[in-house]
Amino acid sequence: MTLLSRLGLAFATVLALSLPAKAELNIQEVTSPGGIKAWLVEDHGIPFVALEVVFKGGTSLDSPEARGATYLMTALLEEGAGELDSRGFAEARDSLAASFGFDTGGDSVSVSARILTENRDAAVDLLREALVNPRFDQSAIDRVREQVLSSLRADAKSPEALAPQSFYRQAFGEHPYGSAGEGTIESVTALSRENIQAAHKGALAHDRIYVAASGDITADELAKLLDRLFADLPATGTPMPPRAPWLLEPGVTVETFPSPQSVVFFGHRGIPRDDEDFFAAYILNEAMGGGRFSARLMKEVREKRGLTYGIGTSLAPMDQAELYLGQFSASNDKVAEAIQVVRDEWARVAEEGLTETELSEVKTYLTGSYPLRFVGNGSIANILVGMQMEDLPLDYAVTRNDKIEAVTLEDIARVAKTLFQPEALHFVVVGQPSGL
Amino acid sequence: MLFRSFLSALKIRPGKLVLPTALMASLSLMTPAQAETVSTFTLENGLQVVLIEDHRAPVVVQMIWYRAGAADEPAGKSGIAHFLEHLMFKGTDTIPPNAFSAMIEAQGGDDNAFTSWDYTAYFQRIAADRLELVMEMEADRMRNLRMTEEDVTTERQVVLEERSQRTDSDPGALMAEQMRAAQFMNHRYGVPIIGWRHEMEELSRADALAWYTKFYAPNNAILIIAGDADPAQVKEWAEKYYGPILPSPEIGPRLRPQEPPQLAERRLSYADERVSDPYIYRSYLAPERDPGAQKEAAALTILAELLGGDGQTSHLARALQFDSQTAVYSAAYYNGTAIDDTTFGLILVPAPGVSLDEAEAALDAAVADFIAQGPDPAAFARIQTQIRASEIYARDNIRGLAQRYGEGLTIGLSLEDVQAWDDVLASVTIEEVQAVAAQVLDRKNAVTARLLRAEEPPKPETEPSSESPDEAAAEAPAQIPTEETQQ
Repeated sequence: MTLLSRLGLAFATVLALSLPAKAELNIQEVTSPGGIKAWLVEDHGIPFVALEVVFKGGTSLDSPEARGATYLMTALLEEGAGELDSRGFAEARDSLAASFGFDTGGDSVSVSARILTENRDAAVDLLREALVNPRFDQSAIDRVREQVLSSLRADAKSPEALAPQSFYRQAFGEHPYGSAGEGTIESVTALSRENIQAAHKGALAHDRIYVAASGDITADELAKLLDRLFADLPATGTPMPPRAPWLLEPGVTVETFPSPQSVVFFGHRGIPRDDEDFFAAYILNEAMGGGRFSARLMKEVREKRGLTYGIGTSLAPMDQAELYLGQFSASNDKVAEAIQVVRDEWARVAEEGLTETELSEVKTYLTGSYPLRFVGNGSIANILVGMQMEDLPLDYAVTRNDKIEAVTLEDIARVAKTLFQPEALHFVVVGQPSGL
Repeated sequence: MLFRSFLSALKIRPGKLVLPTALMASLSLMTPAQAETVSTFTLENGLQVVLIEDHRAPVVVQMIWYRAGAADEPAGKSGIAHFLEHLMFKGTDTIPPNAFSAMIEAQGGDDNAFTSWDYTAYFQRIAADRLELVMEMEADRMRNLRMTEEDVTTERQVVLEERSQRTDSDPGALMAEQMRAAQFMNHRYGVPIIGWRHEMEELSRADALAWYTKFYAPNNAILIIAGDADPAQVKEWAEKYYGPILPSPEIGPRLRPQEPPQLAERRLSYADERVSDPYIYRSYLAPERDPGAQKEAAALTILAELLGGDGQTSHLARALQFDSQTAVYSAAYYNGTAIDDTTFGLILVPAPGVSLDEAEAALDAAVADFIAQGPDPAAFARIQTQIRASEIYARDNIRGLAQRYGEGLTIGLSLEDVQAWDDVLASVTIEEVQAVAAQVLDRKNAVTARLLRAEEPPKPETEPSSESPDEAAAEAPAQIPTEETQQ
């Protein structure tokens, strides 16, 4: 067992792993003359900068009658701005070899850009036009609307889309979290250009902006860039939605769908990101159903019993609600057994917590893998903007592993009893399951 | 073009490795970063080692690529390459059962593997000071794999569930499978990587061990180390851990049955009640990258971008989504990194109210127009700009670089070929793109497929627009369609 003995020795080494990254990861906070803040990691090794911008709010800002407006608006930001129509905008972007990505979720509208140093000013000007002066030409609205409608029709026949939709609808009812941010066939069909313009004004505003950059740019250059990009956005946007209600009863919902497998989406309430027990919960989730092959559910449902190709769980702290979610697919004749295994594991961890070995393994994984995330300009900028969204301090990257290490076996046992609520679980099953 | 994955919503997963969402994505996949420091050496037992240095962060990626993929499988054993990939995580004499990934994870690392028609590859991403450990572990399982009958039985259930999830639950994927079987009349590229279900169900421990024994050897592998590693140190560890492994005597040239001349267009249609919007998927047989001769593949790569790479500026988008409202979505894809003839694909989702016949006629007209007129010079110039820029962006991603070298070398390209790719792309002329379009976009070489809603039975075809009827297609789920990943 030479390898295993080596692992024992390696343990101490790995704990120190974060040190080199700590030493090298120098996060600066930059404030523009106009008052816009951004976090920056300078790295002049490759001549481009990755920029991540997030506006809090997202599709949850939609009014019920204009459901889908924020989603369609975001899709249209690259479809013409200022003097340029859709094609002109794309050609200008490609001539600069810049990359702009626009995305939206329940709580955010986000922009990811990669910009070459050699033409940074021109690329920033172009991106500014997309953010500040999007055209929303009717022809573009109609064209992209058809794409959204086509996606919605596809979702209506996709178990992987139907399962979470059913879960959220039952959990959140009329709150925006209870319906798809893309909207419905009816609401999207009815969206007007005015709806889109209103969504733009409401979603992209100074009072909700978070910015991070990584790469070949100095703090001074970034400060100027911030004002150039954002100065002309409105000061305030649409008020944030209220807290979401929790309406989901425990149990099983079966939605019949013709498929050899059932898709299962399950969960119950979770824990807020700023809860003092969040790190204990985070470790518990990692042990239960995090991304690793060695997580409990992967071992019990896949490795030991061959019931699924993959199963995972995640804490989902959103702005107006907290969830603890899981998902897997299993053949129709095996899905009942797989659900029972999940229930049993849920009950077991609530009662017993984790073993000392498990806690130690998960800590080693989480602390060891954390510095590995800070590789590449795009990844770094993405992490930095996420930290700001969660209201974490500038030194979080340095202290985060200590917070993981500080969690004790007693903390785990205590938090497991409240985080895991086997009697509260709800399973949505889309397929033709037997025995449910 | 829609930002969120319109393709993924529709469950369309076109050809291997290239997701036709953005130019950068596809070009950067194939562009080596010559600015990186790359070195190579070969051990006495035949293992080629390539080191790609990147010292920006204390992280390293190890990838081992075996020259053994689904297209090397014997008839009747489809899925064995991918099944063995799963079983490679079971353990060795020194690694306890099912502990391989856990040991990597306990070091803060991540690991996984994937199988394609031409290769099977395994990788770990881990802190740079843990490189020796993962080299020891990977070398160990090259020859010392241990698996029980029970392991095999359970894991076979897992891969069958994988097939259910990624193929059988997805009408587009089922369609694409049928389509490839029609495209390749003689080559094993026509058999799905995951395997046909009836053959997967019969795969045994003996099948897995036979595959493993034959192909898992240093003289059939390429080791890529990318990231914060020292060349002398890598050499020392490679010799220490991989050096003692004996080569396999069974490794020969990879001569697969080749395609005969394809003289007759093939058309098919597949109807499924799970289909929302019908669509058209066409694939043409197309040449691949060859050692020392990559020009044709480079021209095809650029052709795919110009024809259907960008949702706003490509030729098909202009003709079918802007100048007319024929389609909701159109795309072209091509990936030439293959040992034998590969495919060039076109996808078209008709706009509401446009029939598949009308849409296909418009597609053919747009293709014919492109062949006749050649690329728009301005669009061609933008592509060249992006090729140059993709070299810069590619340097940000060591995992991507390792992938590029590993894939290229495993299909038989030289290191020089991989490194020359960028220059070859840049050297392609507008006339060469036009010529290769005329050569490849010939329906005699093609399969045209139509994916239909089950409630509208596949009609015998109305008026053949200029072609005939048929079918649709799409592909397997998960980001890289033709590759089955372990997790």
